[in-house]
Amino acid sequence: MRKYLNTTDSDWYKQRLTGVIFCAIAAFLILISRLFYLQVIEREEYGRLSQNNCIRLQTIDPQRGLIFDRNGNLLVDNRPSFDLCITLKDAKPVEQTIEKLARHIQVPVEELMSKIATEKGISSYKPIVLKSDIGRDALAAIEVHKFDLPGVEVNVKPLRNYINKKCAAHLIGYLSQISTDELKSPKYQGYSRGDFIGKFGVEKTFEQFLNGRPGGRQVEVNANGQVVRILKMVDAQPGHNIYLTIVEDVQKKAEELLGDRAGAVVAMEPRTGGILAMASSPAFDQNIFVSGMSHEEWDSLNSNPFRPMTNKAIQGEYPPASTYKIVTAIAGLEEGVINENTEFYCPGHYRFGDRVFHCWKRGGHGYVNVVKALAQSCDVFFYPGGEKLGVDRLAFYAKACGLGSSTGICLDHESPGLIPTAAWKKLRTGVPWQAGETLSISIGQGYNLATPLQMLCLTSAIGNNGTRHLPFIVKKIETAAGETVFEGGGQIAGQIPVSKKTLDIVKKGLWAVVNNVRGTASIAKIDGIDICGKTGTAQVIGRKKNDNTKDEDRLDHFKSHAWFVAYAPSSDPQIAVAVLVEHGEHGSSAAAPVAKELIKTYLLKEASGKSELVRNSGNGTREKIPRL
Amino acid sequence: MMFDRRLVQYFDWGLLILTLSVLGIGLVALYSAVTAGTPTLQKSLYFKQLIWYFAGLVMMVFSFVFNYKTLDRWAPVIYIGCICLLIGVLLFGKYVGGSKRWLSFGSVSIQPSELVKIAVILILARYYARHANDRGLTLRELFTPLFLTVLPFFLIVRQPDLGTAMLVLLIAGSITVFVKIERRSFIYLLTAGSVSVPLVWFLLKGYQKQRILTFLDPDRDPLGAGYHIIQSKIAIGSGMIFGKGFLKGTQNALSFLPEHHTDFIFSVLAEEWGFAGSLFTLLVFLILIIWGLSVAHGCRDPFGIILSVGITAMIFWQVFINIGMVMGLMPVVGVPLPFISYGGSSVVSLMICIGILMNISMRRFMFE
Repeated sequence: MRKYLNTTDSDWYKQRLTGVIFCAIAAFLILISRLFYLQVIEREEYGRLSQNNCIRLQTIDPQRGLIFDRNGNLLVDNRPSFDLCITLKDAKPVEQTIEKLARHIQVPVEELMSKIATEKGISSYKPIVLKSDIGRDALAAIEVHKFDLPGVEVNVKPLRNYINKKCAAHLIGYLSQISTDELKSPKYQGYSRGDFIGKFGVEKTFEQFLNGRPGGRQVEVNANGQVVRILKMVDAQPGHNIYLTIVEDVQKKAEELLGDRAGAVVAMEPRTGGILAMASSPAFDQNIFVSGMSHEEWDSLNSNPFRPMTNKAIQGEYPPASTYKIVTAIAGLEEGVINENTEFYCPGHYRFGDRVFHCWKRGGHGYVNVVKALAQSCDVFFYPGGEKLGVDRLAFYAKACGLGSSTGICLDHESPGLIPTAAWKKLRTGVPWQAGETLSISIGQGYNLATPLQMLCLTSAIGNNGTRHLPFIVKKIETAAGETVFEGGGQIAGQIPVSKKTLDIVKKGLWAVVNNVRGTASIAKIDGIDICGKTGTAQVIGRKKNDNTKDEDRLDHFKSHAWFVAYAPSSDPQIAVAVLVEHGEHGSSAAAPVAKELIKTYLLKEASGKSELVRNSGNGTREKIPRL
Repeated sequence: MMFDRRLVQYFDWGLLILTLSVLGIGLVALYSAVTAGTPTLQKSLYFKQLIWYFAGLVMMVFSFVFNYKTLDRWAPVIYIGCICLLIGVLLFGKYVGGSKRWLSFGSVSIQPSELVKIAVILILARYYARHANDRGLTLRELFTPLFLTVLPFFLIVRQPDLGTAMLVLLIAGSITVFVKIERRSFIYLLTAGSVSVPLVWFLLKGYQKQRILTFLDPDRDPLGAGYHIIQSKIAIGSGMIFGKGFLKGTQNALSFLPEHHTDFIFSVLAEEWGFAGSLFTLLVFLILIIWGLSVAHGCRDPFGIILSVGITAMIFWQVFINIGMVMGLMPVVGVPLPFISYGGSSVVSLMICIGILMNISMRRFMFE
């Protein structure tokens, strides 16, 4: 307390207190005079404005960004949707108004009333959507009777429009109304109930670019709820436009080639990693997600055994089967387990301990070297190689080729596939690895799983001398004004640890698959284009020892999956393709022709595109002549 | 401590009655805000607030039973504790509507930034009681209080809660100006301030400038703050002289008013009770503030004087900023109206403040 005693002369503080009190009174006088101004002087004006709650806020929805293919062909745009709305407060008497409305647009009264009932509890000053996307006839009818329908208005809203039904449905994705959980997540801050957001594919991944910023206006309305004045307005900002890497014609061709078979086709540019086409079959119509679908439609999409809602190109995991022999060949050659001249005799089976592993060709291939083994897909050749390598060394090469982990493409729900190791199996099942399992692994069966996109990246890397590019789907993003804000591609995912010599041997084998008369995919040979590829036939269930039933005789869902991976032309690859046909039986007959047609379409289109350019420039010069 | 009969004799009944009147106004206004036209969910808010009022009264009693001079000793501990809570908010806070302001302890969430205001008042009162003199504070003496203020300020800005952060600055500034700054230092500070403002402005990024401009002029954001202010002005103005009557407000009822039970509760009150009711409320607040200053006047030791001035400044600024904002005189910031806006942390910390004021008032005879 001594300290206080030293400065106990506190009177000078108290003099200051008087000043403080005056300051406080002055501040309150400011508040009181403002109050007086609002509540006494301006009371009539504010009273009038409050009478009807005249000042309202209307939001203006932004135009969502457009989606184009690589060459600027429009794939997705927006169309105006006319939404019939009612503001209950203005619509008095409500029943009568609804009755009249129902008569004009020929919709049962009950339907409209039920809409209102579900919106109970929401402010009667907020418009309720009675029917969205009404047709032009209904719109005309309402416009004519507008003055007879208080509180009724038609709001124009942009609605997503997927121009080609089912085209690249899985890649582009779809929009749907934001869910309650999503509204709570910080990722969707600024969104409100009823907003449409991307739920799948590019629409989801690039939501923040595509979605513009909503605008709005403060308006004054009269007693009927009609706008009499716009007080203030903020324009909506349109979203950014996206140019995909896909080529519309190639995409459509891929879908056409798959037809109604379940499966996936993916194609990419080996030099860049840009996806040229990504088809998954069966597909869905994206437009029904936007316009709202019935329960039956939703159920049928979800319960369809062919899983239309799955993008099989990145979500589907299949045993890579014989396409995996590329990995086994690389591993064998690099590790010195085999060389270019190593030959094995294939009698059609391989004895391992007391077990017998069969070759797909019961009669056997005779003497085979690695090139012939790839070309004719001889299983027996790869058994001893795989056995010597062991599961872990195989897994090392498989992982270096990008298998067993997601490729990192900008799409949700990508599956990682599976490349087993001894440690993995021990951890997973508790049982140690069996040497016999390595034999299955070396021909791509067993635990091995890969997605079509992973096999595509692998094949593409072989064509690209071992460099693996990160697959990408967006070429560039532009603002509505045309300013580029993002450019995709140019990222390298890794390098396959492989010498040029090994690559050349493998490439030779892949070339022979298509171009050798006895190659498993000689059916895909095109004169003038050197295609390199590899077929695969993935068993869905293990074959019993003495099961001699042919694949053709099995039940559909027990039939093997057909694989074909390829790149072309062999010297300077322009396109790589992976085809998977579920239960397509044989890679050679079901998958290879698809890849062949797709390659032909793309390369011819590219060639004609180039010649078109030449011709155009030719025309240009010719046009100039008369002017001179 | 021996019980002194004078404690009862000197008890500040006037302050208690004033506080209870403001709480009464708060109960009425909050009832209007949560009842009319809104889903039943909000009604539970009313009962929650009643519980908070009760907790506040208990805290108030707790705050006047001991001698306030012990607060002088405890001020550093309280201050450090509150700073830790603020850091805790940044680390483990609950995200609500884009900012982190809450700390959860089981089912109870508290807003430490409300308590920090008291901590800053306490620590500054302690410092100035030792250093103030009638020649005024020099720049050197101002360094410590500046640091003690700026630290919580930045922690609150980080949440971000610009309104409360500014309040901390205003309260600290008011106390400092009250205890007198040396004239030369005051001029230095003013020039330094006026030079640094354009400098800082130059360093800000485009969107930050935009945010500050919108903050200063709500009309720049006609879909957000600007719209809220218009609706608030309509609500207040349409109350006219005698108001629309209890529970008869229309702007309030239909979610035209944002945050009508917290920051915009005065608009609800003004709509239903008109100029008469609003004026009454303002006068009660004014009397409360003058009462707080008279407590300072009756006190004999510097710590008590500065403490009561600080507490009064806190109540004053909150009332002035909140009511100024809803009438369109001030930037739109989240500052609650003392005792009336819904919010547990705010009510409890204010009641602690009232308790401290009572404490100072009833011990005014105890000069040693």
